[in-house]
Amino acid sequence: MSDLPSSAKVVVVGAGIVGNAVVKHLAALGWTNILQIDKGPLPNPGGSTGHASNFIFPVDHNKEMAMLTLDSQRQYEEMGVNTFSGGIEVARTEERMEEFRRRMTSAKAWGIDSEMLTPDQVKEKVPFIDETVLVGGWYCPSVSVVDSLQAGTLMRQYALDKGALSISPVTEVLNIKVEDGQVAGVETDKGYVVAEHVVIACGVWSPRIAEMAGATIPLTPAVHQMIDVGPIEVLQETNNEIGYPIVRDMDTFCYERQTGGSMEVGSYAHRPIFHHPNTIPSIEASRLSPTELPLTEDDFDPQLEQAIELMPMLGDAEIKYGINGLLSLTPDAMPLVGESVEVRNLWSCAAIWIKEGPGTGKAIAEWMTYGYPEIDPHASDVSRFYESQRSEEHILDRCAEHFNKTYGIVHPREQWASRRDLHMSSLHERTSALGAVFFEAGKWERPHWYESNEGLLEKYAGQLPEAREHEWDSRWWSPIQNAEHLAMRDSVGMVDLTAFAMFDVTGPGAVDYMNHMTVNQVDRPIGSGIYTPLLNELGGFRSDLTVLRMGDDHYRVVTGGFDGPRDSYWFQKWLPVDGSVTFEDITDQVCTVGVWGPNARKLVEKVADGDVSNDAFPYGKVREMNIGGVAVTMLRISYVGELGWEITCAMEDGPALWDALWEAGQEFGVAPIGAGVYGTSGRLEKGYRLMGAELESEYNPVEAGLARPRVKSADFIGKAAYLKARDEEVAAQVCTLTVESHRSSSGVSRQMMGGNEPILTLDGERILDSHGRVSRVTSAGMGPSVGRYLLLAYLPPEHAVEGTDLQVMYQNELFPVKVARVGSQPLFDPDDDRMKV
Amino acid sequence: MRILTCVKRVPAPGAKIVVTADGQSIDTNMLGFAVSPHEECAAEEAIQQIEQHGGSSTVMTLGPGEAEEQLRTVISVGINEAVLLTTDGSDWDPMATARALTAAIQEIEASDGPFDMIFFGNESADSGGYQVGIRVARALGRPMVTGIKGVDVADGKVTARRDTPTGSEVYELPLPAVLGIKEGINLPRYPTLKGRLGAKKVEIKVMDAAHQESGQSMVTLAAPPSQETPTEILGHGADAAPAVVDVLEEIGAL
Amino acid sequence: MSTLYFVDHDRGEITETVLEGLTAARAIDSAVAAVTVGAAGDGLADKLFEYGAAAVHQIHHDELTDYAPAAWSDAVSELATSVGATAVIGVGTDRGSEVMAHVAAAMDLPLVANCIDIDASNDIWEMTRVRWGGSLHERARLEASVKLVTIAPHSAEATPVGASGTVTEFVPTLGDGAAVTRIVDRVTTEEGITLATAPVVVSGGRGVGSAEAFAPLEELAELLGGAVGCSRVVTNSGWKNHKYQVGQTGTVIAPDVYIACGISGAIQHWVGMMASKNVIAINTDPLAPMVTKAEYAVIADLHEVVPAIAAEILRRRG
Repeated sequence: MSDLPSSAKVVVVGAGIVGNAVVKHLAALGWTNILQIDKGPLPNPGGSTGHASNFIFPVDHNKEMAMLTLDSQRQYEEMGVNTFSGGIEVARTEERMEEFRRRMTSAKAWGIDSEMLTPDQVKEKVPFIDETVLVGGWYCPSVSVVDSLQAGTLMRQYALDKGALSISPVTEVLNIKVEDGQVAGVETDKGYVVAEHVVIACGVWSPRIAEMAGATIPLTPAVHQMIDVGPIEVLQETNNEIGYPIVRDMDTFCYERQTGGSMEVGSYAHRPIFHHPNTIPSIEASRLSPTELPLTEDDFDPQLEQAIELMPMLGDAEIKYGINGLLSLTPDAMPLVGESVEVRNLWSCAAIWIKEGPGTGKAIAEWMTYGYPEIDPHASDVSRFYESQRSEEHILDRCAEHFNKTYGIVHPREQWASRRDLHMSSLHERTSALGAVFFEAGKWERPHWYESNEGLLEKYAGQLPEAREHEWDSRWWSPIQNAEHLAMRDSVGMVDLTAFAMFDVTGPGAVDYMNHMTVNQVDRPIGSGIYTPLLNELGGFRSDLTVLRMGDDHYRVVTGGFDGPRDSYWFQKWLPVDGSVTFEDITDQVCTVGVWGPNARKLVEKVADGDVSNDAFPYGKVREMNIGGVAVTMLRISYVGELGWEITCAMEDGPALWDALWEAGQEFGVAPIGAGVYGTSGRLEKGYRLMGAELESEYNPVEAGLARPRVKSADFIGKAAYLKARDEEVAAQVCTLTVESHRSSSGVSRQMMGGNEPILTLDGERILDSHGRVSRVTSAGMGPSVGRYLLLAYLPPEHAVEGTDLQVMYQNELFPVKVARVGSQPLFDPDDDRMKV
Repeated sequence: MRILTCVKRVPAPGAKIVVTADGQSIDTNMLGFAVSPHEECAAEEAIQQIEQHGGSSTVMTLGPGEAEEQLRTVISVGINEAVLLTTDGSDWDPMATARALTAAIQEIEASDGPFDMIFFGNESADSGGYQVGIRVARALGRPMVTGIKGVDVADGKVTARRDTPTGSEVYELPLPAVLGIKEGINLPRYPTLKGRLGAKKVEIKVMDAAHQESGQSMVTLAAPPSQETPTEILGHGADAAPAVVDVLEEIGAL
Repeated sequence: MSTLYFVDHDRGEITETVLEGLTAARAIDSAVAAVTVGAAGDGLADKLFEYGAAAVHQIHHDELTDYAPAAWSDAVSELATSVGATAVIGVGTDRGSEVMAHVAAAMDLPLVANCIDIDASNDIWEMTRVRWGGSLHERARLEASVKLVTIAPHSAEATPVGASGTVTEFVPTLGDGAAVTRIVDRVTTEEGITLATAPVVVSGGRGVGSAEAFAPLEELAELLGGAVGCSRVVTNSGWKNHKYQVGQTGTVIAPDVYIACGISGAIQHWVGMMASKNVIAINTDPLAPMVTKAEYAVIADLHEVVPAIAAEILRRRG
């Protein structure tokens, strides 16, 4: 304890599991003069950590979450506050058993032991369960419980022992001062502290603290109900904190966790109950703590009945304690980590649960120290939201939709039902008239396939792959996608690409600035389109995108709809302070139509007022023209391996552009093409990588097969690491694999999702590269034109050999696969003849 | 034996009481509600007496419709029947409350027979008027003692014990009688899961209550003025003992 | 104005609290008349005059030998009617509250309980009364032909004025069976110092940890000639009987010294001991409300410092 200092290198606001992990890891990385404050007392300041159920189920389908959780569990274990209790998820339905098979697959990918159980085997491990209500179970021996308060104390102590930390509990933040867009200091009820950095690790209060700095942390405090029942003799007899595995009754969205002689029953089944950070009671005005609100019993009653069904002994146990516990929910159920979009050096570390707390604390400390963490946190990056996705309506609607999916079965392609039809292209009327089925891309409604193309199924009947037999594999999918693919390769198709994010970068400093941002040389002649990776300081992938040289001092950046906000943040973060470069996000002002296929030139030349011949308009070039009376910018490029253009115009001109192209295309049988082709089958045949799938910060351009022969002389972000990677032996390479048989042991044909399914040796062993990274499916989909089902995966050199036979695990079954291509060479049209004619 | 327990729905005790901006009520947004603590013990005592002597127990409250929650809480630990006298939710003064309870008790007794004992809490946690039970007892013409921490029923009499600074005083009351029960008489049980679920199915008898003005009225509520005392830290750990004894000497406590 | 003050006595013994109430009643009406019920109270007259009673009514009746709530109240009501009292004031002790409630019920008039401040200058009285055991103040109005109020314990300091006055006897009629409810027996379980009246209270909370761990607190209390108290957590954990509980639902006390050992100081506990003249808090948490509100504090594990204090006292006493 100490008095408030007048200045600090970094002020960490919050002393829950997250704030404590942050101060520990900052100290471990050499930071000093860290000040940690909390408005509550220590060791339990009254936030969500104080009432957490403190258990860790390490298996997660999401790699980032699984890695952060495993790292956290390892940290708890090192601190001596981790007890392996084992955990069982029980199924009351066959659908849940299928989900357990998916659990087995993810567990295998991350190297976690687990097994399927019969009801009798469940009962052997938990004798007080009524196994007759069960279909089966899934057991993970490395499920553990932790003492998160003790962990917090130890982590603070670590930083104190290093002389790096001072702590001021019972200190309330009143304001965060910002100067020139950067953190300047923190005003508290105990005085003002000049600060270079501020980390907001305030859990459910984080939005309120961020707002003081004019920043947003999009989360809502939400209720998770739990009760404590006991004493129960059979539990008392274990004479310890936990002697039986934790049971998650997945189909009732409930868990039962022993705490000494009692059983804690927690629920995610009740109606979503949200609070506002400003209305959470103060410590004094709380009966238990600010985040332990009175149990609204009616909401919990259905779970009581289900709990008794599963564990009849609970019926006669007394309810000793019950709360509406507050925890943090975000619109997409992932944490909020990283530098705020609005204020430099203001860091968010919020919406993090006990299971990933220490790992996330470590990640943000690395981020603040090195520029980026070791574990790629892009799905947790607080900058991932469009502005409209930071609104209270969006937060509450989306959280209300996913709260009951906490224990739900969520399909990898599952679409949101709420907050739809808010951001639509001006082409929307045209595409919906064609029966477009819309998926969400970033904030945009984007056609994924077109029901109007159903007739193509018959046309291409002989060339289409076998029908998908399993409902799970064909959910959020249509065979029409494959037919569209063939139609495009046959003649020509039109793709609504409005979801692209676009930025205009202008000013006298634009060339130097852009060259500093990108790996590839962008100081190219006006009218050039340049594909380039963007790296972080450590040389890992930050983004990949296209840069258009529009003028001497004018670039246009085109990036994917899912990456728009992150990229927008990144470009703005690096803008020179001298004002020599201006950044403008023009995403909402433009729309784009892609025209691709062997007949694309014939179509476009009918309506364009300029020369689109290969000589006049070669591949990779940008031209301004007029189509159907609409001024357009055309980029000759392709993500699907065909001749064609991305044609961009003002948003309001979209329908006129579409109509002109559509009419011109009739004689060629032009088909509307959805993102199912654009983003999956078309690109996979060409082996094109996707940001967030193959491209992530844990891999570099050499491994991704995107390194160019030469490196430009200009300095750029990540250059040193990139140069080093080029000199080193490559540890893994992206490979294209073909699935050799789709038959599962039960005889049903299965189609992988591209959801981290592990690639295994013929002996069934996981494949790890020299950096310990596991080989797993990063993208998967049919290649209708090559007649094979394709998987992309990083493989280490010993396996990255064409013709190598391997296996993939999917839904807990093994399927034979073969390495078809190593590196960037595609299966389809390897010399790019079709694109460059 | 038939026992009636009268309970009050009060904001759950345990936290600092926050008054609403208009000074007319307590901010209960985040507090939740509970049965007033003395009455929780009164209900437990009723359950134990019925367990011992047989019979049935009833709980009655006067309050808003939401007070059903407290009735079901009491049922979930073992009370058999419940009566809700509905108000508009405003805070009734003790005279009006007593009149409404008396009328309801008389009506119920007229149809179902008399209660052998009626239990009240010694005083409510929130308004602390110390009088509703006595007013009801006198209106019913029954004997009553308050502050009771021990109840024994035998031979048509109830022996009730009240704590004094040095021990206790014992009262004998002929049945039917009314008692003001005080916390400490027992440790109330928690509801079991089955108890809670069973309580949901019990039908609650709802009766209208008529409000009558009395001469007592509330003007405003306010938090007491806080007295900030500077704290003198006498030391840390066992080494502070001499400093503590110095203070005790100074005060004259030695 | 004609004001009566009901004197809560037990066989002629009164507590400081009753004199505090008298002081408060005198502030409302300097001509206040004290009322004692039963011959056993006759000996209190001088003391009552000393503390400001302008007159004393001694109620005598065969039924009024020992305390009987309804009978005592009926007698007081009868006296009030007989003398044309415009106000009857009691003190918020167990008996004071009980008798005044009976009086109010018998007269069918409102009773405003636990007042700490009364403005009786107008026909309609305005007063501040405590709710939630003292953690909330209510501003209230009382309009009645006879004003009935109780004074919250420890809201005034008993102040002698050394007045004198007249003693009058009153013999009520009392209906048959008025004293059907009366004390039939007394059990003395405790000799010597009691929690309610002890000048020093050594009190333990959650931090004590077990029933056995109260032994050093008891030893220190004995050395100081005081009593042991506890918080509600202790009672609910079964470490101490409820009669040791200090707080809103336990005993409200005002000792010279309150030593709070391992008690965090929740509001419901605080209101039970906030009238203490000196508070010494012993707690490991320097931010516990009890520590920040106390006059003195020791930041320590009570299990270490309490025996050390006892040892130091013994050392000084030789």
